[in-house]
Amino acid sequence: MRAEEYQISREKFVLHSAGQRLHDEKLETKPVSYLRDAFNRFARNKASIAAGIIIAILFLFAMIGPMVTPYKVADEDASYAYVTPRNGFFYEHGIPFWDGGRNMGVTEASYSLYRGIQEETGRTVIMSEPEIRKEEYMGKTISYYDFRLDTYNAVGVRFVLLKHAEYIALQQYQDEQNIQVIFPITDPALRPEAEQDKTNANIWYRTKLGAGRKTAIVYDDNGDFIPIYQADNGRDEYTSRMYWEGDEKLYNYAEPKDGDMWNVRVDYREYYRYLHYKAGDGIEYPSFLLGTNNAGKDLFVCLASGARFSFLLAIIVASVNLFVGAIYGAIEGYYGGKTDLIMERIVDILASIPFIIVITLLKYHYDVSHAIILFIAFFLTGWTGMAASTRMQFYRFKNQEYVLVARTLGAKDSRVMFKHIFPNAIGTLITRSVLVIPGVIFTETSLSYLGIINLNTGSLTSVGTLLATGQAYLFTYPHMILFPSVFISLLMLSFNLFGNGLRDAFNPSLRGTEE
Amino acid sequence: MYMFKYICKRISLMLVTFTIIFITCFVLVKLLPVSTSGVGVGEDANKIIAQMVSRGYMRLDEVTGQYVNTPIVEQLGRYLRRIFLEGDFGIGFNMPEYRGREVWSVFIEKLPPTILINIYSSLMAVPIGIALGIFAALKKNKWQDHLISTLVMVFISVPTFVYASLLLFIVCFKLSLLPLGVMSLPDVIAAYPGKGYQYIPGEFNWSLYFNKNMFLSMLPAVFSMSFGSIAGYARGTRAELTEVLTSEFMLLARTKGLTKSQATVRHALRNAMVPIFPSIIGEFVSVLSGSLIIEKIFQIPGVGGLYLSAINSRDYDFFMMLSGFYLLVSLLAGLVIDLSYGFIDPRIRMGAK
Repeated sequence: MRAEEYQISREKFVLHSAGQRLHDEKLETKPVSYLRDAFNRFARNKASIAAGIIIAILFLFAMIGPMVTPYKVADEDASYAYVTPRNGFFYEHGIPFWDGGRNMGVTEASYSLYRGIQEETGRTVIMSEPEIRKEEYMGKTISYYDFRLDTYNAVGVRFVLLKHAEYIALQQYQDEQNIQVIFPITDPALRPEAEQDKTNANIWYRTKLGAGRKTAIVYDDNGDFIPIYQADNGRDEYTSRMYWEGDEKLYNYAEPKDGDMWNVRVDYREYYRYLHYKAGDGIEYPSFLLGTNNAGKDLFVCLASGARFSFLLAIIVASVNLFVGAIYGAIEGYYGGKTDLIMERIVDILASIPFIIVITLLKYHYDVSHAIILFIAFFLTGWTGMAASTRMQFYRFKNQEYVLVARTLGAKDSRVMFKHIFPNAIGTLITRSVLVIPGVIFTETSLSYLGIINLNTGSLTSVGTLLATGQAYLFTYPHMILFPSVFISLLMLSFNLFGNGLRDAFNPSLRGTEE
Repeated sequence: MYMFKYICKRISLMLVTFTIIFITCFVLVKLLPVSTSGVGVGEDANKIIAQMVSRGYMRLDEVTGQYVNTPIVEQLGRYLRRIFLEGDFGIGFNMPEYRGREVWSVFIEKLPPTILINIYSSLMAVPIGIALGIFAALKKNKWQDHLISTLVMVFISVPTFVYASLLLFIVCFKLSLLPLGVMSLPDVIAAYPGKGYQYIPGEFNWSLYFNKNMFLSMLPAVFSMSFGSIAGYARGTRAELTEVLTSEFMLLARTKGLTKSQATVRHALRNAMVPIFPSIIGEFVSVLSGSLIIEKIFQIPGVGGLYLSAINSRDYDFFMMLSGFYLLVSLLAGLVIDLSYGFIDPRIRMGAK
């Protein structure tokens, strides 16, 4: 290897653009603005996009939910309390999931009660064939019946007190619609003696007082129930014109009570339809997509209304915080010095007050709706975070050359602040405002969960209250806590993902790091 | 000396903040109309009313025969004197179970379960969280990292009451692995007849809390409390460590011949811990305060539950004392976190211009 081999003769070199004048080439690409760039990078983040879609769905659920369902938050029917969620599709196809059913494991006595309801109303109460399980308990063998119960049909028959005119109206409805609502009254002398079963309208058969003052059923020779309906004693006016199917003789249908009141045994499912038919609110037979709570309120409408309140509260609070905090922080950051020091001390103190103390003191002093107290409390202390980040941004930009230029050209302080510096800070502030929303919703939910704030006033409810009620029935009716929990978890998760995406998108230093 | 001055400044600022908030709170509470309705009537009620009068909350108006507020400034003076000279924070008068009892003694009784559950959960959360974070950072962008990061995201986002309920329902109720709630003190005494446990009102009663049954019954609360902080530590550690691992001194460490694990433990980890360590210290300061939500779900007879019932039954002496306590703990935790940055990393000059 000798060096000469690599020597290239001078003539072989030719100047590339000899005799031409060189100019910078014109840019072929279009300039990308800051917001455009942020949006582009956000759109590439799939998790954030998915989270955004989920937030949109939850938001639509909260806004439209209360309108699409005929139920209202104020509607409650204690008879249909604790019924489990029912989706028409699963119910009609007999799939034992989301069908308004509930898996039971009960003793023979309770099982017979459900069998009685099924026999009298003619509707399915026991949805699956019972499996009998024997267990030893204190030296005795007890049989348990495992089966799936239709929680809606298990309501069966109820006693209701009606005025004479109401009774006549109900009879007319029966005749018009050709539906039997009023069931024959049971003979008061033959009703169960046990204290706990005296007002149980579902016992239409002969019973006796068993061991431990519990009601025991008396069967006939074939093992069937023996009806205890009261035969008609001639009060023709008050008896239904309908017959009890397959039986020729007329029964008595109403039992006189004090005043103008009559005790009537109604098939509650039909009576429920009658009540809503009378009110004209578009509700037919009961069917609750998310079940009902302990007061018999439809959980779907409660959850949607609670969510709607949370969203509205959060959006209003976030916008007011952005507005107040941005102005306050801008003044702090721009003027600096003594102004900053004093204003910063105020923020420090306001930000250190625990929120719970603010809420409690407001609650003690003002006897107004807790919704208003929540609003005031958030306005009082919520904007401090926004002010702090605006201040930081202003400190960052206020000494840059372009600001100096603007000042030299005679721009007023307010113009420099809001025309020149503020647009640079907007990305951070938008991200912060969006992240305020889940924070507000979480605080509101926690406070109403703890019972410090009570938003449960007639037509209003909150997710936190639903969670607290659900917590009380966690072991018996878990569906009550399930849906509010799913809602709040999904919301928080999506907002966190969405917020992360937003933060990354507005951070120019992360440009190009994703690839 | 410089540091000492800075610390003094921070502490005095904190005290000013505390005083302003506490006194504002006191005045706002005392502006409320005085009410003896919560006390009820009868001989016991008269004793409590006499206590309230002797503490200067109110006096009997001779003309109308009604109780009226004494001037607030006078009340404040007496209140502060009582606190500093006698350690007397007042008495309870609205909550039936603490009616006529001294606020401080009830508070002392309620402190142990709150502190213990917090300490157990911190002791569990800190090592597990940091270990998970280190593991995720070392396996960056592999499936282990994705799994841990997803779980961390879930546990940071999902509110405590959701997974506490889930834990209660599955582990405690369906599987019956752990008790449903924290044991009450009478239950503990009944469970260990041979140990000669005794409940002394107005004392910490620490001995009652250190036995197997009590520990087991606290576990569900401890678990629910630690999930969130495990996730927090894992996320923080992972973020810091991944950043440090890509820095140039790590390359130098490897170049001069350290193995990957030596370089990670000796150089990367120490630097990554700078922002994590203050929050660990902060966590151990705020073990005092605990979580209202966890205490409600697991029926823990702690400070949080006491605070909630004081708020709901308008027991002002309890409310004042506990508000002050929570405020002090949160301010102290913030201060300690800030100051510890300077101690851990000498490069950070506290309060430097």
